[in-house]
Amino acid sequence: MPRLPITKTPKVYVGGAFIRSESGRTFPLRDARGRLIGHVPQCTRKDLRNAVEAAAKAGPGWARRTAYNRGQILYRLAEMIEARTGELSHALAPASNRAAAREVAASVDRLIHYAGWADKCEQALGSVNSVAGPFFNFTTSEPMGVIGVIAPAECPLLALISLIAPAIVTGNTVVALASEPQPYPAIVLGEMLATSDLPGGVINLLTGLRRELLPTFASHAHLRALSGVANAEERTALERGSADSIRRVRLRADTARTDWFADTAQGLSMIRDLVEFKTTWHPIGA
Amino acid sequence: MPSAPARSVRRRRTPTAPELIFGNLWEFDPSPETADPKLKAQYDLLIDGRFVPARRGARFTSINPANEKALAEVALADESDVADAYAAAARAFPRWSRLPGSERGKYLFRLARLLQDRAREFAVAETLDGGKPIRESRDFDVPMAAAHFFYHAGWADKLTYAFPGARHVQPLGVVGQIIPWNFPLLMLAWKLAPALATGNTVVLKPAETTSLTALKFAEILQEAELPPGVVNIVTGAGATGAAVVAHPQAAKIAFTGSTEVGRHIMRATAGTGKRLTLELGGKAANILFDDAPLDQAIEGVINGIFFNQGHVCCAGSRLLVQEGIADEVVARLTLRLRSLRVGDPLDKNTDVGAINSGEQLARIKRLVAAGVREGATLYQPPCALPRKGFYFPPTLFTGVQQSHRIAREEIFGPVLSILTFRTVDEAIEKANNTAYGLSAGVWTDKGSRILKLSTELKAGVVWANTYNKFDPASPFGGYKESGFGREGGRHGLADYVTLS
Repeated sequence: MPRLPITKTPKVYVGGAFIRSESGRTFPLRDARGRLIGHVPQCTRKDLRNAVEAAAKAGPGWARRTAYNRGQILYRLAEMIEARTGELSHALAPASNRAAAREVAASVDRLIHYAGWADKCEQALGSVNSVAGPFFNFTTSEPMGVIGVIAPAECPLLALISLIAPAIVTGNTVVALASEPQPYPAIVLGEMLATSDLPGGVINLLTGLRRELLPTFASHAHLRALSGVANAEERTALERGSADSIRRVRLRADTARTDWFADTAQGLSMIRDLVEFKTTWHPIGA
Repeated sequence: MPSAPARSVRRRRTPTAPELIFGNLWEFDPSPETADPKLKAQYDLLIDGRFVPARRGARFTSINPANEKALAEVALADESDVADAYAAAARAFPRWSRLPGSERGKYLFRLARLLQDRAREFAVAETLDGGKPIRESRDFDVPMAAAHFFYHAGWADKLTYAFPGARHVQPLGVVGQIIPWNFPLLMLAWKLAPALATGNTVVLKPAETTSLTALKFAEILQEAELPPGVVNIVTGAGATGAAVVAHPQAAKIAFTGSTEVGRHIMRATAGTGKRLTLELGGKAANILFDDAPLDQAIEGVINGIFFNQGHVCCAGSRLLVQEGIADEVVARLTLRLRSLRVGDPLDKNTDVGAINSGEQLARIKRLVAAGVREGATLYQPPCALPRKGFYFPPTLFTGVQQSHRIAREEIFGPVLSILTFRTVDEAIEKANNTAYGLSAGVWTDKGSRILKLSTELKAGVVWANTYNKFDPASPFGGYKESGFGREGGRHGLADYVTLS
């Protein structure tokens, strides 16, 4: 008689812990053949606020780590994903096995790309400025704080990682909303985050409905920036809501057709989008 | 990180020898600047390289805040004029943006030189129109404006060096720019120079109370033979600004002004795809530790708040003094206040000139009254203010609590709120306890402390053992509700281009 397999209860990774939504709400997730994969948490605005709190708490410690250390932790995350390619590929269904494996590989490569940036981006982003006077004047980059990431429907693993990695590499922490139609890869990703040396709260992943959660992304004053993909109506609401706290908004139009596999979907400019620049002056004298 | 406990530092007592108090005890002979500002009685809009009246013929009067006398009549642009300006800028864009960078740069070099040639005339015009002391417009505003053009001119053919890894650096298109009244010509330079160097064309709106130097600069644009439509200047008040923001042809809006208006602009541009940079208000902490070089620090604090009558978004309007030296610092500041000369902005001895407008004066008075009402202690030196015009004496508040309005709201006037702290951590917490994050000052002899504070302070500019220093090569801009985007340096260019 065949053994009855143990199915996994999907939980989201918030504040370093695996949680269900505080509301207890879930929505069923089925594979292409209509078989139940599991009941995914339908996170609420309260879950989002809790996640922001966890991210805010983790922020200072993460930002204080050395860039070298952050780079190593991103690399470690890539190692964790590489080792569990099969599991993540499975989570990426209904994509074909080949397409899923390609997306996992690209996600690993993306993390490696940003792991390497950790202790180099400052040399490319910062500057020493020759001012017309006896002053030492330099500009450095600093993390913004808690970044709200809104992942697109497509490429549920690669796009999510492409949006998160440039945010955390400089010391930001993230609250990310996973792909609405394909949330399962984010659930599995959470399990890899938990084993990657990444401190709890640096990446917080939520699953749920955009129409329920985006208004809180728009209004939450502790989210210092928004990054991700949104349609015209969502962008208008998110940008309007951002006016209250003069939040930085880095949203792409869903019509922009980003090729997440391409080299253009990574790089210094994505890091630059999520840092603040600080200029310090000091007199030169005896 | 552990913070050093407050040490009481033994200092020499304030000397009892006779002190030289200048101020009103020593009358100076008037020393007015007499250069001709060459103002016209009437100014039109600059659209497509030509001066044209507003379509509806409306005008408003620009007055001298020092004596409330009319200076000139200025065209009042409405939506149709703004549309004309955008159309001209859009027509000029293809040629201007395709011009080799080296050629575009030469136009900017010309602008810098022409402004230097006419510097004195512009300084007098700036002081007449805005009320700032002639010493400041002569030694700071005008030379710094020229420096911004000169600096950015050199970038025009080197843009790929500004962005490591970018293969193509493209301008955005037509940029709408709205500038404030506190540094009218300098803000024009901060806005125009990077926009033009990167190949954008511009619709610029000066502040209603200070349009004249922008319109005089329009003459310089013509003298430089800048192609028609590359820069268009529309004058007016809030409605004109709203039209500049709303116009569908704007690829980007660059705004410097209040946080309140910045919010309106964010809401108005939401969902339009327009790029945005905002340089908004501030409530900067100037932090004075007990080991600071006090003579320099006192001058820095004075300069930090009374420069340009305190009409400075990065003004050091909150002084945080370490408890052990608070009494001495307050004593020195009150003494120094008595020697500040308030009065005729055109007088070369004047330290504090006229408040920019009656409206701003009323706001300052309202907030100062709130400070008194909430229990802070006010000090103003004895000084006779001119009978006509808008003036406010230099003002100190001691005993200020963090919850007081004068510690939270931007006053934008010559009013300093003094608070105290004991430890480094307390100083950082108090300094960051504001919605703003434009600038901060640190005064201490200890290098590691400076670097700790410059790391922990949530502000875009940190001045250590100095204050209110600016340079075209030095990026300027805020954190938090002080806005986003940078102006100046390599970083300022980024907000006027797309990279690929």
